[in-house]
Amino acid sequence: MAQGICDRVAIIGMGCTRFSERWDAGPEDLMVEAVGEALADAGIARDAIGAAWLGVFFDEQSTGKSALPLSMALRLPNVPVTRVENLCATGTEALRGAVYAVAAGACDIALAVGVEKLKDTGYSGLPERTKGTFEDLYLPGSTAPGAFAQLASAYAARHGYSIDQLREAMAHISVKSHENGARNPKAHLRNRITPAQVLAAPMIAYPLGVFDCCGVSDGAACAIVTTPEKARALGKRDFVTVKALQLAPSNGVEMGHQSWDGSYTLTTRLAAARAFAEAGIARPREAIDLMEVHDCFSITELVLMEDLGFSDPGRAPHDVLAGRYDRDGDIPCQMDGGLKCFGHPIGATGLRMAYEVYLQLLGRAGERQLKSPALGLTHNLGGIPNRNVASVAIFGLAA
Amino acid sequence: MGWLSAPNARIAAGERAVCNWDEDAVTLAVEAARTCLAGSPAPGSLVLASTTLPFSDRSNATLVATALDLPAATETADLGGTLRAATTALAQACRRADGVHTLVVGADAREARPGSPEEMEFGAAAVALLVAPGTHAVGGPVLAEVRASTHHAADFVDHYRMHGEAFDYAFEERWVRDEGIAKLLPATIERALAAAGIGAGEVQHCVLPVAAAAAQRVVRATGLERAQLTDAQRLTCGDAGVAQPLVMLAAALEAANPGDNILLVGFGQGVDVLVLRVPRDAKPARHRPLQAALARRHEEASYTRYLSHRGLLAVDFGKRAERDNRSAASVMWRKSRQVTGFVGGRCSACQTVQYPKTHVCVNPACRAQDTQEDFRLAELSGRVKSFTEDWQAYAPRPPAVYGNIEFAGGGNLLMEIADAEAGEMKVDTPVRFVFRIKDVDPLRAFRRYFWKATRA
Repeated sequence: MAQGICDRVAIIGMGCTRFSERWDAGPEDLMVEAVGEALADAGIARDAIGAAWLGVFFDEQSTGKSALPLSMALRLPNVPVTRVENLCATGTEALRGAVYAVAAGACDIALAVGVEKLKDTGYSGLPERTKGTFEDLYLPGSTAPGAFAQLASAYAARHGYSIDQLREAMAHISVKSHENGARNPKAHLRNRITPAQVLAAPMIAYPLGVFDCCGVSDGAACAIVTTPEKARALGKRDFVTVKALQLAPSNGVEMGHQSWDGSYTLTTRLAAARAFAEAGIARPREAIDLMEVHDCFSITELVLMEDLGFSDPGRAPHDVLAGRYDRDGDIPCQMDGGLKCFGHPIGATGLRMAYEVYLQLLGRAGERQLKSPALGLTHNLGGIPNRNVASVAIFGLAA
Repeated sequence: MGWLSAPNARIAAGERAVCNWDEDAVTLAVEAARTCLAGSPAPGSLVLASTTLPFSDRSNATLVATALDLPAATETADLGGTLRAATTALAQACRRADGVHTLVVGADAREARPGSPEEMEFGAAAVALLVAPGTHAVGGPVLAEVRASTHHAADFVDHYRMHGEAFDYAFEERWVRDEGIAKLLPATIERALAAAGIGAGEVQHCVLPVAAAAAQRVVRATGLERAQLTDAQRLTCGDAGVAQPLVMLAAALEAANPGDNILLVGFGQGVDVLVLRVPRDAKPARHRPLQAALARRHEEASYTRYLSHRGLLAVDFGKRAERDNRSAASVMWRKSRQVTGFVGGRCSACQTVQYPKTHVCVNPACRAQDTQEDFRLAELSGRVKSFTEDWQAYAPRPPAVYGNIEFAGGGNLLMEIADAEAGEMKVDTPVRFVFRIKDVDPLRAFRRYFWKATRA
């Protein structure tokens, strides 16, 4: 029986660039900026890294394929570098590679880097891309907002809400994330907004207005991991360990089988159940102190509150409006602004989430600091509700 | 366009059928053929008559046959070059000696220069007829028997369109009336009536797809005064080119009584005349496909959008429209039945319907391997499970409306929703499926097709 990853790997350093429209920086600049912060945080030299994982989603956009963008940007001493891609779970996937390598004893210290340089496309929104030679023949020419917007119509139909009721809760989600983002100097969007602004915003994909959509940003984030023993040997006293790191990809049921009604994300439920089991958490609502979820769109965050088990079925709008996931609520969500305001450089996002949880657990989150959190959860949903890759990670302080 | 020509503006009356951005002669043909074939055995031959087929070299009829999922042994042929192509195809199908049933489809979607008389006259339409030669009709009631057909070839050029040109060039209509229609039609009609063994007074319905004034000349010259001139649908559809004689024939059949004789004329560099009779034992038509098609109207309220769909107005679709729509021919061929024929799979182990057809069953309780049999989805009904109106995606007619569509009887697919305006869709809206242009590749002058959901 596999014993899982819980407490077998320590995070000893993290870095994250300012997320923004980084007209000043290419992917190599972003990677160097993030890794520099992490090395300083860990207190190790670059050459102590035994292996690295690089997460990039839109490789064709500017970063390129393979190990080379990272290996060359840092002039790493020819250590193994593996480039991974798993849609919006790419950053978490990079972390998973590094964590597993350390747990396996394949190397003492591993680096996980996620980077995305989106703002060289020349237009707003995500870049256009092919869905595959066969898929392009039958799938709609959809966008991310359009694909996720459908959650709203299906959720409203299933749970008996009007779209206007749903939009009120969705607006609260965006207002909350902007409030949090305003307190984060590294966030892309730092302005506070009102529900009225959200509801009056131009429509992007019904019923998602522009303030229901996350930022399209450039950025990089990274983590340096090692074993708890090595961490202690390096002089670390309080450090963060990985409690769970789970991944669940679709197998086609949502896209092709009538058992899915379009109102939730099936893979999130599967990944969350496995992650709580791996971390040994029986009562997540009481155990989890903060979470960073994949709020690519406000409606996504809303349904995720149920998919992760924090709200009862059909109750997420109520819980959201009651402030349960606000900074002063039961389980603060998106303390750093989330994808919505910190921004969403796709390959970096999973590691950016881990970065915020890491800072909060170590008491280093500054103006955003929560009162002594012990466990934090991160979640990614890569792809579209119809077919996607969900990751759930749980981090805590070392026992 | 009234500023251009006040006299032309005066002929603007009623409405006319135009293609949405994702329709052309092929998609119209598929739609007409599906209606015609519903419940009938597959024909052995399909003839597609049109002057506006999208492909000059690629069998449009074979594309239509594939969309209909007809057997590969089907004989397919494109026929064009003249506005009487459909009447010629009909006459030929009736004369087949081998007994093969032919699906004759007349389809046209002619373009007209903005402000031209043609812009106010042309309509886009397709009509399909299933023809059983000889005396053995099978597979359903007989709408009409063809008693005679006669032909007259004359290189009388009333209008023309050179290869590769977008628009017709038409000559003076009074000359066409006096020297063409009034002189060429009567003699051919008289021959046809003689061949059918009936007199002009025995014709109840006269399908004359020519201008009204010219039609009156023909009626007087041939003694057809007692016959009813079939409505040309100018106020509802417009002149449908090759399909026009068949549109009018459909109108005549919907109005005819058992035992009525119908005179059907095709005109274009000569004349085709067919004499048809509604069987005496025919039951009054319950199915009225022309009326049904006209009732499914969807109004285009924007002239600039119409021009954009026609490629006559270069609007700014934004940078997302720059996406390369290259098609992989090898994939199109490998998946031809799945994509063009909308054939998915049905698991023989658990009966779950799914699209696309794959090796492993999608049913989470089954997941059996290599159990799926071909299963056509095109004729199923469905409902909207979830949807959006996407203003960010490139769409020739924004917003791009698409959603998760659930097929009645199993299966689910994320699909485009055709002919939907913003605000029209709801969860649970019933849909049917239509064959439409999926993408246009301007770089390689190609268009590809797939099925879309549309309000049932």
